[in-house]
Amino acid sequence: MLDTAKTSRVEFDYSGGERLMMNMGPQHPSAHGVFRAILTLEGETIVAVDAVIGYLHRCHEKLSETLTYAQYPSIASKTDYVAAMTSEFAYVMAAEQIGKIEVPKRAQYLRVIMAELQRVASHLLWLGTWCLDMGGALGGGATVFLYCIREREMILDLFEMLVGARLLYGFYQVGGTRYDIPDGWAAKCRETIDIIDQRIGEYESLLEDNPFFLARAQDVGVISRELAEDVGIAGPLLRGSGVNFDIRRSAPYSSYEDFSFAVPVETAGDCYSRYRIRMVEFRESIKIVRQALDTLPAGAISSRPGLKSVAQIRIPKGDAYARVEGPRGEVGCYLVADGSAKPYRMKWRGASYSNLSVLPHIIPGHKVADVVAIMGSVDPVFGEVDR
Amino acid sequence: MTRDEAKTRIAERFSGAQVEPASAEATAGRGMPLVVTIPPDQWLAFAQFAKTTLGCRFFSFSSAVDWKEQGLEVIARVENLDDGVALMMKTKLGPGVSSCPSLVPVFRGANWMERECYDMFGIRFDGHTDLRRILLSDDWVGHPLLKSYAVDTPYPPYR
Repeated sequence: MLDTAKTSRVEFDYSGGERLMMNMGPQHPSAHGVFRAILTLEGETIVAVDAVIGYLHRCHEKLSETLTYAQYPSIASKTDYVAAMTSEFAYVMAAEQIGKIEVPKRAQYLRVIMAELQRVASHLLWLGTWCLDMGGALGGGATVFLYCIREREMILDLFEMLVGARLLYGFYQVGGTRYDIPDGWAAKCRETIDIIDQRIGEYESLLEDNPFFLARAQDVGVISRELAEDVGIAGPLLRGSGVNFDIRRSAPYSSYEDFSFAVPVETAGDCYSRYRIRMVEFRESIKIVRQALDTLPAGAISSRPGLKSVAQIRIPKGDAYARVEGPRGEVGCYLVADGSAKPYRMKWRGASYSNLSVLPHIIPGHKVADVVAIMGSVDPVFGEVDR
Repeated sequence: MTRDEAKTRIAERFSGAQVEPASAEATAGRGMPLVVTIPPDQWLAFAQFAKTTLGCRFFSFSSAVDWKEQGLEVIARVENLDDGVALMMKTKLGPGVSSCPSLVPVFRGANWMERECYDMFGIRFDGHTDLRRILLSDDWVGHPLLKSYAVDTPYPPYR
């Protein structure tokens, strides 16, 4: 059962001492970016949180109004730099929806493969850093982090083989993808995911038998279903709170309906549920990649001819909201086109932004040390929060 | 609740509302929202109706578009996750108007979204309990996503 009292802002009856304001951040290692939480403490218990964000704001939305549809996708990767494929995906889908641009089947499959590999890479980074945050409890701290980074490197190697870059890709293009997979890539990809598939089990046995890990994750940072929907958190957080909703399943895009995969749902709403969801998602993503590689259709990778100029793509008047299920949840792009080569207005619905805004509702009532565990389980990427 | 049912219910309750399927529906199929245009004075009442009657409890995002001389338009997207009915709510504030009822009393998720909207467009949300800048610093001058705010003009404090 969900304890709803825990999830709301609680004013404690505190008789002794005074309240203390404490800054957590902006340079705090557990923030995974630049984030300042102003905590109001009574003893070691938090009674209020004010979140200060915006340190990484790069005016993506204004900038996108000055860049053409061909130029912006490679900038879009810089919103969520841990899962760069995802935001490119949302942007090109929004443009394709307005322009009614078809995407060849092969390109759709390639998009799915990269998005799922990206999810695995992103979840690996999340698992590693989260365990690093909870350090001492896990026998030395950096163990899981280094294991995860080792596996993430292998996926980045695949991306490097594909586009030549390891962090920001520019792989998605309006109408298709920029590159086709090179010779030998599919075999290397299968090899890599086989290894990772096997190692997920190792992490699980490393963590789930550890009473310290369980103590720090279970019943900590409970988000009720009602709060989850009201605030609009998405992805593993939403499913960890008992909502069976995954955009890949509920509103399939880019041929996701062709693949069979499970959507994990947990009902406890605590850090441990969110951890479990992501652990299952690792395997489901790998399953999708395997299916897509097995059935990869032949044909063109783009429905548009090669670009002669960056202003070549013109999108007719209209607006659309396109969303993809990113590693952190619903990454949406609301695009208003005016018929020119540049968007009139673009709005990012960053999954991390909404996910982070749940913190002031769930942190009060916890100890300071729990903030680290809760922050990590939310998995914010500040490039996406501040955009 | 299907999309058509939702459409009928909206038409029954809000005569001033315009309901249409999203323009891009033809290519994208499922999961496309109903686009509902509501007058600003019914904005909050409609959100309440969408949440309680239509079951759209998931607050996805809200933002605004600056249509230059036609004024600002505020948008919000809510969704019924069980039935897959999504609403893209829109309201036109009219030329020169920059205040709008806040959705915070209905959706807690509107808090940060409307703060961002205030930050970027200068829209004052009546009923918002904590309307501060969120992404830009407190001493920032102007609201960058307005079309009148030129990209290459130096603004204080960053000249």
